[in-house]
Amino acid sequence: MKQFLAFIRKEFFHVFRDKRTLLIMFGLPVVQIVLFGFALTSEVKDITLTIVDHARDVNTRQLIGKIKSSSYFIVSEAPLDDNGIADAFKKGRSRCALIFPANFGSDLQHGGKAQLQIITDGSDPNTAKTVINYISAITTAYQQEVSPAARLPYMIVPETRMLYNEEGNGSLNFIPGVMALVLMIVCTALTSVSVVREKELGTMEILLVSPFQPLMVLIAKAIPYLILSLANFILILVLAVFVLNVGIKGSILLLFLESMLFIITCLSLGLLISNTTNSQQTALLLSMMGMMIPTMIFTGFMFPLENMPLIFRYISNLIPSRWYFLVVKAVMLKGLGFEYVWKETLVLLGMTTAALAVALRNFKTRLS
Amino acid sequence: MEEKVIICKDLTKRFGEFYAVNKISFEVNKGEIFGFLGANGAGKTTAMRILCGLSHPSSGEATVAGFNVYKQQESIKKNIGYMSQKFSLYENLTVLENIEFFGGVYGVPAAEIKKRTTQLLEQLGLTAEAKKFVGALPLGWKQKLAFSVAIFHRPKIVFLDEPTGGVDPVTRRQFWDMIYAAAAAGITIFVTTHYMDEAEYCNRVTIMVDGKVEALDTPANLKTQFSADNMDQVFYQLARRAQRSGD
Repeated sequence: MKQFLAFIRKEFFHVFRDKRTLLIMFGLPVVQIVLFGFALTSEVKDITLTIVDHARDVNTRQLIGKIKSSSYFIVSEAPLDDNGIADAFKKGRSRCALIFPANFGSDLQHGGKAQLQIITDGSDPNTAKTVINYISAITTAYQQEVSPAARLPYMIVPETRMLYNEEGNGSLNFIPGVMALVLMIVCTALTSVSVVREKELGTMEILLVSPFQPLMVLIAKAIPYLILSLANFILILVLAVFVLNVGIKGSILLLFLESMLFIITCLSLGLLISNTTNSQQTALLLSMMGMMIPTMIFTGFMFPLENMPLIFRYISNLIPSRWYFLVVKAVMLKGLGFEYVWKETLVLLGMTTAALAVALRNFKTRLS
Repeated sequence: MEEKVIICKDLTKRFGEFYAVNKISFEVNKGEIFGFLGANGAGKTTAMRILCGLSHPSSGEATVAGFNVYKQQESIKKNIGYMSQKFSLYENLTVLENIEFFGGVYGVPAAEIKKRTTQLLEQLGLTAEAKKFVGALPLGWKQKLAFSVAIFHRPKIVFLDEPTGGVDPVTRRQFWDMIYAAAAAGITIFVTTHYMDEAEYCNRVTIMVDGKVEALDTPANLKTQFSADNMDQVFYQLARRAQRSGD
């Protein structure tokens, strides 16, 4: 036990003296949270909209007023000139145009059917679609105001609710993803590099000749990173709650335990990588390419898994962070208990056991 | 009768059809400085790994410090020290922290670590540098410190794998003074080297060629036997018989 403590103490010295490690360890979560929380928002705001109003009647005035009062648009009204619109698009002054024909109001009131034209910048299809949705929503709402439902024979009015996230906070989906990503990078990369570093420096040999058991060497190397990763996990949670206003709905204890399991999964993968390579660069590259990129793609927080071809969905099942992501979402955002996440927990447990078994077996065979 | 701390009999390590170590037999006495020479690929490292408890032999018998290399590897490890050709301390730990760490790993009690550390730093003249990072010390100092750390837990035998690689002649000479002092204190020294002048410093020398022990005697006797002026010529005569190429 004393040997063990001496080892762990030494390992902490390594971590705290290596500025690069510290930066990766604690700088990374902060940067990720800020990036995903603020920079990578999928909400579209402040769209530059040019309105050409050929009608200039009560209805168009009211509708324009509604659009202006929504927070999504920066409205500029152009002269009655269609060339002006093309010009605004080309110069980037406008990303969207709305054109009312000359008799919009009278068509609406007498013909019961009026048209308007929306032109968007299709070079950015996602934004273009979002803009169309916004304007359609505003016109639908307006239409219901001017022609009350009673006058129509049938009418379907969808009442929508976004469960677990009523206010549509975009950070909500990112937090579990960032947690998975950061823990994955920190645990896998740093552990594998720290083991391989000892091999590179020749100190691993010295450790193996010492009475310290080889298995204990691996465990003692992993423990400081386990502790640091838990600290990291708490840091991410604090940032999520106080900076991005994402509440924790479920049991913090359950979240903590599940995260610990995931951290152990990642540590095992890190040890596995360290067994297969002898240089720090290779270890780092393997961790980054082998773990980070699949984590980003297949976890489901950046790209919806449901839209992927079947084969990729199968592949995604092999990625530990995908399961952890589901657990965190369920516990943290939906407030669900263990009875809803036991399956995911079991998968993670299985992966950990497998990775650890292979890592330890490899380590042993390499010795003899 | 002298106490034997290492006894090897027909020790063999085979990798498939390749005999890295082929039936070597020798005995090392307590407090002896035992030189273990051979060209690259002659099987030195493999033999040493077996004796250090890092690898199992394929056949043959060997005991180190009275413990069997097949079954009592853990007991062997407790009773030996090891220093490798690569520098073997942590550069981003201070002199003091390195000593404390290795002392701790070998299970030396804390009070004892403290006592021996003060003593050691004084001997080495490193008291002022105790809180400096090992990475900041000159190579010669590092090697001396590494050797001191390897014998810090008072092992019965210390294995030195090319300990003086890349060190200047003056420091090498000082390093050998430390080895003599350790041997005088009863620690058996098992040393591999490529420097033939160092072979002259050993009590007895073994020369391995192609996995076999081709010569084993005092440097003086070997020179007579091969009618050579120095160990360099002895080594050359033996090494050029080798069939294997270096690694």
